[in-house]
Amino acid sequence: MLAFAIRRLIEAAFVMLTVAALAFVLFRFVGDPVNQLVGQDTSLEDRLKLRTELGLDDPIPIQFGRFVWKTLHLDFGISYQVKQPVVGLIAERFPATLELSLVAALFAVLVGVPMGVYTGIHRRSWLSSLFLTISLIGISLPTFLIGILLIYIFSVWLGVLPSFGRGEVVRLGFWTTGLVTVSGLRAIILPAITLGLFQMTLVTRLVRSEMLEVLRTDYIKFARARGLTDRAINFSHALKNTLVPVVTIIGLQVGGLIAFAIITETVFQWPGMGLLFIQSVQNADVPVMAAYLLLVAFLFVLINFVVDLLYVAIDPRIRIVGRPA
Amino acid sequence: MDVTGKDYEPRSARRLRGLFARFADHDLLHSFLKSKLVVLAALVSVTMLALAVLAPWVAPHSPYDLSTVSLLDAHNPPAWNDGGDRRYLLGTDDQGRDLLSTILYGTRASITIGLWSVLLALAIGVSLGLVSGYFGGRVDMVIMRIADVQLTFPAILTALLVDGVARVLLGTHKSGGGESWILIVSIGLSYWVPYARTVRSSTLVERNKEYVQAARLIGLSPGAIMFRHVLPNVTGPVLVLTTINLALAIITEATLSFLGVGLPPTEPSLGTLIRIGNNFLFAGEWWIAIFPGITLAVLVLAVNLLGDWLRDALNPKLR
Repeated sequence: MLAFAIRRLIEAAFVMLTVAALAFVLFRFVGDPVNQLVGQDTSLEDRLKLRTELGLDDPIPIQFGRFVWKTLHLDFGISYQVKQPVVGLIAERFPATLELSLVAALFAVLVGVPMGVYTGIHRRSWLSSLFLTISLIGISLPTFLIGILLIYIFSVWLGVLPSFGRGEVVRLGFWTTGLVTVSGLRAIILPAITLGLFQMTLVTRLVRSEMLEVLRTDYIKFARARGLTDRAINFSHALKNTLVPVVTIIGLQVGGLIAFAIITETVFQWPGMGLLFIQSVQNADVPVMAAYLLLVAFLFVLINFVVDLLYVAIDPRIRIVGRPA
Repeated sequence: MDVTGKDYEPRSARRLRGLFARFADHDLLHSFLKSKLVVLAALVSVTMLALAVLAPWVAPHSPYDLSTVSLLDAHNPPAWNDGGDRRYLLGTDDQGRDLLSTILYGTRASITIGLWSVLLALAIGVSLGLVSGYFGGRVDMVIMRIADVQLTFPAILTALLVDGVARVLLGTHKSGGGESWILIVSIGLSYWVPYARTVRSSTLVERNKEYVQAARLIGLSPGAIMFRHVLPNVTGPVLVLTTINLALAIITEATLSFLGVGLPPTEPSLGTLIRIGNNFLFAGEWWIAIFPGITLAVLVLAVNLLGDWLRDALNPKLR
C-alpha cells in the first residue's frame, strides 16, 4: 500500500512538473510580460529596469525555478486585465465553482444510481427505455445546448427559476455560500442539472450494466433460492457489489465537472473560476490562464490520487494482486 | 467454407455479380439494414452533409453577401408566426440574415472544421502511435507519458488552452481571419491521444508478426514498414474512433464558438449562431438559438449513432 502510494505520488509530481513547465512557457513566452504591465508611453529605460526587476534577463532554468517557487507560495503574478493579484481573483471565484460542481455531482449520483438500478432490474419496461433515451440525449447533446434549453423552458417559458447568477450569497469567513439562502438554492438548480446531466447518464449506464452483470451471478441465484425478498436482493446484495466502479468513476468525474463548469458558468453567468478563465482567454490574460491551468491540474492530480487510494482501500482483490509475491 | 449455398452458382455468374454484390453480401451491409435507426441516422447524416456542401446553391440567401442583408429585416420571427415574413422561412437573426441560409452555411462551417480537425488528430495520433509501438523503448515512453499527461485533462480544456495561446500569438482578436485554422489546430491537438493509444497497442502486436520480420529482412526502411505494411493492418479501430471523434469535434467546435473563442459572428458556425441567439432568448426571440441548436443536436446524434453501429459491427466479439 505504501509503495503503491509513493509510486503514485511520484507520478503525480511528474504530471504537476510538466504542467508547471507548460504554464511557465505560457507565462514567459506568450506575449511580453513587460509590455502587458506598462502603458504605451513608458520609456525604454523604465522597461529595461522593469525587465531586470522581474528577473526576465536571468537564465531560463533559474526563471523556471523561481516560477515554481512562487507557485508553491501561491504567487501567480498580476492579472494583465484587471491589474490585481491573480490568487485573489481565483480565491474569490473558487467557492462558486466548487459548490456548483458538488451539487452537480450530488444530482448525478442521487438521480443516476436509482435510474441505473431500475433500468437494470426492469430491462423491458417502457420506463427503462425512457430513461435510456434520456441518457442517450444527455450524452449526445453539448452541455451549453442543454443549458439553453433549460433556460428557455424554466426561465423564459414557465418563468419559475432564475437563469443567471448565484442569487443571494452569505459570507462565512473566506468562503461565500449560496446554499443557505432560498434565492441561492433556486439559482443553483438549473446550472447544477446542466453540469451534472452528462455524469448522471454515465452513472445510470454504469450502474445498469454492472447490475445486469451482478444479477446473473450465482450468489444472486442462491439468494433467490433462499427466498429473500427482491428488495433485499436488489439493494443489499446486488447494488452493493456494483458500487466499486461507480465510486471510482464518480471520483474521477469530479475533475471533469470542474472543467466543464467553464461552459455551464458561461451559459448561466455563474461567477466562478470557469467564467474567469474564459474571460482571460478572450482577453489574452496570460497570468490568469496559467494559474487556472495549474490549479485545475492540481485538483485533477489530487482527485486521481485519492481515487486510486480509495480504490485499493475498497476492493481487497486489488490489494492482494498489488502485493509483491 | 461457404454455407450459404453460393457454391452451386456457376463461376462465371459469380464473377458477373461483381463488386457490388460482394459488398451487398458483406456483414457490414447486413447489420446496417437490420437496424432502422441506423439507416435513418445515415440518411440524416448524408442529407446534412449534402446540404452543407451545396449550401451556396441551395440556400435562399447568402449570409456573407452584405448587399442583400438589411437591418430592417432583423429579428423577424419564423414565417408561420405572426409578423413573419414569407421570404424568411425560419426568421432572421439580429443582423437581418436569413436564419435558414445562415444555418446551412453554419452547418457547412461546423462539418468542415470537424472533418479537418479529426484528420489532423488522426494524422498526429496514428503517426505517433506507429512510431511509439514500432520502436518501443525510450521513444515510446516519452510519447506515452505525454499522452498520459494530456489524458489527465478533458479535451475541451486542452482545446481552450491551445485556442487561447494561438489567439495571443496571432493576435486575431484584433486583426480577424484565421479563426478556422486556430479551431482546427486546437481541436486536432486535443483528440490525438486515443488514436495514438489504439494504434500503438495494435502495432505492438503486429510488430512481431512474420510479415514485418520479412519486410525487415529484405531491408525496407522502418518508415516504409510502418506506413505501408503495419498501417493497413491497424485501421479497423481507427475507423470507429474517427466516426465518434467527428461527433466530438463538432461538439467541441460548437462549444468553443459558443464560448466566444471560435468563429466570429461574421462567418457563423452553429455554435456562434447559438451564442448570438442566447442573447435574445429573453426577448422572446427563441428561433435564433433554437433552430441552430436543433440542427446541431440532430447532426451530432446522427453521427454518434453511426459511430455506435460501426463499433458494434466491426467488433467480431459481438457478432
